[in-house]
Amino acid sequence: MPPLTRWFIRIAMLYLLAALLVGVLLALRSPLGLPGFLLRLGPVYFHLFLVGWVTQLIFGTVHWLFPGARSARAQTATLGWVTLALLNSGLLLRVLAEPLSAGQAGSFWGWLLVLSALLQWLAALAFAAFVWPRTRERRRKQRRAQGGG
Amino acid sequence: MPTLSIWFVRTAFSYLVLGFTFGALMLANKGVPFAATLWRLRPAHIELLTIGWVVQLALGVAYWILPRFWEGPARGNTTGAYLAYGLLNGGIWLVALSTWLGLSPGLQLAGRLAEAGAALSFAWHIWPRIVGREG
Repeated sequence: MPPLTRWFIRIAMLYLLAALLVGVLLALRSPLGLPGFLLRLGPVYFHLFLVGWVTQLIFGTVHWLFPGARSARAQTATLGWVTLALLNSGLLLRVLAEPLSAGQAGSFWGWLLVLSALLQWLAALAFAAFVWPRTRERRRKQRRAQGGG
Repeated sequence: MPTLSIWFVRTAFSYLVLGFTFGALMLANKGVPFAATLWRLRPAHIELLTIGWVVQLALGVAYWILPRFWEGPARGNTTGAYLAYGLLNGGIWLVALSTWLGLSPGLQLAGRLAEAGAALSFAWHIWPRIVGREG
């Protein structure tokens, strides 16, 4: 398993745990009479789960499974590491800024939310660019077609 | 990777980018509002990322990686898988556009039916390939 995959999957596991803990907190709010502020964590809960866990686990597995992992590691894995950094910084920024910017659109926290959106969007672009050239027919066929045996 | 898997995977990555674009626009708009109508993208954002990205990628990888046959065509009768690709993507666009543009609920229903048809069609193709080493 390549190092980038290990990072994606380990971080994904941490997000799964974080998402489920936020879920517990949301479920406890009503019975324990916890502050209504916690309701602002609803979108954070979904995105920790779907971006932090599901998407990141897929990214890690795709890098491991798709053809060209070796050459990708040597040549273009930089784009994979950039994705890891962009996705996680963007998501963590969202976790922080989304609850704090509620009701304060255009504030400092609101602008951090814009930055979070930009970072996550760039992560999607970077990973698509990273994987796109690796979705291809088997190399043996290509070599044969080129007369390389 | 077989041609159909390449289609599934590349389409899935296109939806990933489009779905994240919609999500980023809505999130930025939440922080610093600039267009209230962006919230209408929410159902399309969910559709593109759940069915368009996750489901489509899973189907593409399953078609590629599940056991193949020793005799005859390696992946058996592939009609169901090709049909699934068409139905799934037709369904995604019907659901995404009808919810985004507020079109007739009948179109959304048609989209959902197409997606269900894609699942049925893909299951028809893949069922004989879900086997152990002993066959």
